[in-house]
Amino acid sequence: MQMPTPDPAILARKPAIVARLRAALGAEGVIDDPVETRAYECDALSAYRTPPLAVVLPRSTAEVAAALRICAEEKVPVVPRGAGTSLAGGAMPSADAVVLGVMRMRRVLEVSAQDRVVRVEAGITNLGVSNAVEPEGFFYAPDPSSQLACLIAGNIAMNSGGAHCLKYGVTTNNLLGVTLVTMTGEIVELGGPFCDAGGLDLLGVVCGSEGQLGVVTEAWLRILPRPRGARPVLIGFDSAEAAGACVADIIRAGVLPVAIEYMDRPCIRATEAFAGAGYPDCEALLIVEVEGGPEEIAEELALVSGIARRHGPVELRESRSEDESRRIWLGRKSAFGAMGQINDYMCLDGTIPVSALPKVLSEIARMSAEAGLEVANVFHAGDGNMHPLILYDANAPGDLARAEALGADILRLCVEVGGCLTGEHGVGVEKRDLMAAQFVPADLEAQMRVKDVFDPGWLLNPAKVFPLSASAGRRA
Amino acid sequence: MKPTTEDELAEAIATARGPLAIRGGGTRPVGVPTAGAQVLDTTGLAGVTLYEPAALTLVVRAGTPLSEVTALLAAEGQRLPFEPPDWGAALGAPGGSRIGGVVAANASGPARVALGACRDALIGVRFVDGTGTIVKNGGRVMKNVTGYDLAKLMAGSWGTLGVLSEVAFKLLPAAPETATLVLPGLGAEAAVPVLSRALGAPLGVTGAGWMPGTGALLRLEGRGAGLAERLAAARALFPDHALDLAPDPVAPWRALASLAPLAALPGDLWRISCRPSEAPAILARLGLSRLGLARPGLAAGPAQAAPVLLDWGGGLIWARLPEGCDARALAAPFAGHATRFLPAGPGAFAPEPAPVAALSCGLRARFDPQGRLNPGRMG
Repeated sequence: MQMPTPDPAILARKPAIVARLRAALGAEGVIDDPVETRAYECDALSAYRTPPLAVVLPRSTAEVAAALRICAEEKVPVVPRGAGTSLAGGAMPSADAVVLGVMRMRRVLEVSAQDRVVRVEAGITNLGVSNAVEPEGFFYAPDPSSQLACLIAGNIAMNSGGAHCLKYGVTTNNLLGVTLVTMTGEIVELGGPFCDAGGLDLLGVVCGSEGQLGVVTEAWLRILPRPRGARPVLIGFDSAEAAGACVADIIRAGVLPVAIEYMDRPCIRATEAFAGAGYPDCEALLIVEVEGGPEEIAEELALVSGIARRHGPVELRESRSEDESRRIWLGRKSAFGAMGQINDYMCLDGTIPVSALPKVLSEIARMSAEAGLEVANVFHAGDGNMHPLILYDANAPGDLARAEALGADILRLCVEVGGCLTGEHGVGVEKRDLMAAQFVPADLEAQMRVKDVFDPGWLLNPAKVFPLSASAGRRA
Repeated sequence: MKPTTEDELAEAIATARGPLAIRGGGTRPVGVPTAGAQVLDTTGLAGVTLYEPAALTLVVRAGTPLSEVTALLAAEGQRLPFEPPDWGAALGAPGGSRIGGVVAANASGPARVALGACRDALIGVRFVDGTGTIVKNGGRVMKNVTGYDLAKLMAGSWGTLGVLSEVAFKLLPAAPETATLVLPGLGAEAAVPVLSRALGAPLGVTGAGWMPGTGALLRLEGRGAGLAERLAAARALFPDHALDLAPDPVAPWRALASLAPLAALPGDLWRISCRPSEAPAILARLGLSRLGLARPGLAAGPAQAAPVLLDWGGGLIWARLPEGCDARALAAPFAGHATRFLPAGPGAFAPEPAPVAALSCGLRARFDPQGRLNPGRMG
């Protein structure tokens, strides 16, 4: 992984920069001890680590603005950070960068059941939002699997998804407004507790901009009434084709489940060994979940099962109780943990058109055999968001590089069949140099122009998203 | 100029000598018309590029008539989630709305309150910027965070950042059955808390509005026993209100989406996006309180001349106001924004706070450095 050479002038000025930050934020708001900054040396893409110059942990929007103003004046790069759960290296620092963590700003500022909105500080966890509105009978819909730990700030930066996007959309569809601090320390309000922008939809481009346009300190989020109930059905098939055709037929029939999850045989076997959820040993397993009142659930499950039976399932198990639902979800929810037990793994999240599913799975199997690395697939089938998990041994020399090469090939395949490099994790540093597979230079230029406007000095998370060669002329 | 391919469109923009007025169906004449501009007609860029019903995906050229798009989807039992409205008749600009114009205006109908706006369903765009460069963003898959989301930026930019050549949407299955509940006898102000309550309950409400002469409206969609179950739950929620089933469950929403009740009325036409809980106070400040009470006992009486409609559970107010009045000043203070749809001309779009205006201005300068594309339209 190539990163720009740290600016020696900034490294040399560290004491002066830290002193200025301390004067603005107080002693406990700034970390510069080399042992303590190690805690911020990486995110969940842990193969790459660099302790930052310093870490600032502001407690208010005003403190964020003060810290950014100082960094802008000192021309120091800033890497915004939520909980550090990015799988793409979105929060990975450089040695000459100040990490700005928003985790101390985690208050719930307002809950309005009447307007179905909540206003929070961006350092609150994703699950914290749902917990805060639960007494009113509401929930916050985007549910990335890291929802216990990940912060709304990071969700907004990466436009996070989750298992229930098919029905509820991703972060951008549930975000109404933000307080954004630009690199120069200017505080900008975009959107609010109402629908849609009056002028250009700046909020729409801020969401998913990976911390490159500004630091989000507060957010207005849309909340939804909690459904009366939900129930899954588990369906096993002996071929990927049959499972893919079943997914297509469910959608064609006008049923819109809240989730359609898919696991392939390597993934089923691993999770069975780990969690013992009682899954059948088959080629492809679907978990389809529907929501509503008891009558509606029964009706929709009958429809889904009827469609599934036409595709010759080897197993079909409709949940009839909370306990059965829990067991059906158990394996899926422990899939990542199960893979982690077997080996180190790299998790990709390319998205493909649903129709390309069987082709892509057989190609991945072929590539996996060729590379000599096992790949397990677990993904959101309804929206085509794949999650191939490439198993490798971090301690075996050359294994990581081979896994990365295989990952890059799989992502190129996703783009070739009409999909994209990343459906919910973001580009970060991980997929930065693959961007040319999806975009021609003019496409990237158009995106970089947006950063030029928000951050003319290219100091915010500068070495991410765009290939280094493409952004070279712009970065300081 | 009427290009028929994206390359011709790029050429037309690259070689333009002066400002261009971008025109699809011409059914949304909102904002400041560009003086002395040459018309760039996008209706030659028509046709479906890709429609994959099993993936809920549609890719279509921007000049395609909206009516063709909706008919194509209806034939497959699908729809655009945001219920695209055609305001042409109400704005005195009838004709055929084009899908690119829908996106450029981020125009969304009653379903927006539950199923998202046009910008939410828009998963990909191709456009030509003011330098004549072709740009692609997003794609045809519904989960995509690869790079910045310029599709959102294009939606609602009224042609000021680029000219759309192709747009991609995620779709939804059409509603198997629709039921519309009418709460007659409620005035606009009293309707808002009722609509909020229904939207805050797990009823699957996909429309929540108010029309003069009719009262409050709630739309539920689904099938068989499931829909019946939710209808019963909705009735149980309002034991003190009369709830009638509209004989034609679709017509009221068509009327609301097209602004039909306001079409023939005099005055300026304003669209106010606000917090539903603030809507009653805004109506009062605009002098629209206590107007348009439905006659009790009548599900759909003849429309009275109340010049206001509510949509999105009260989060959207459409109003006819006296000519030349400043709705923003009258309604202030409120969270949201007001756009004057009629008449066209300066002041149609809400002025932005300085830091936001600086960013918007910066983006226009980057995407259209020579000010060729609908310059000043949103000014």
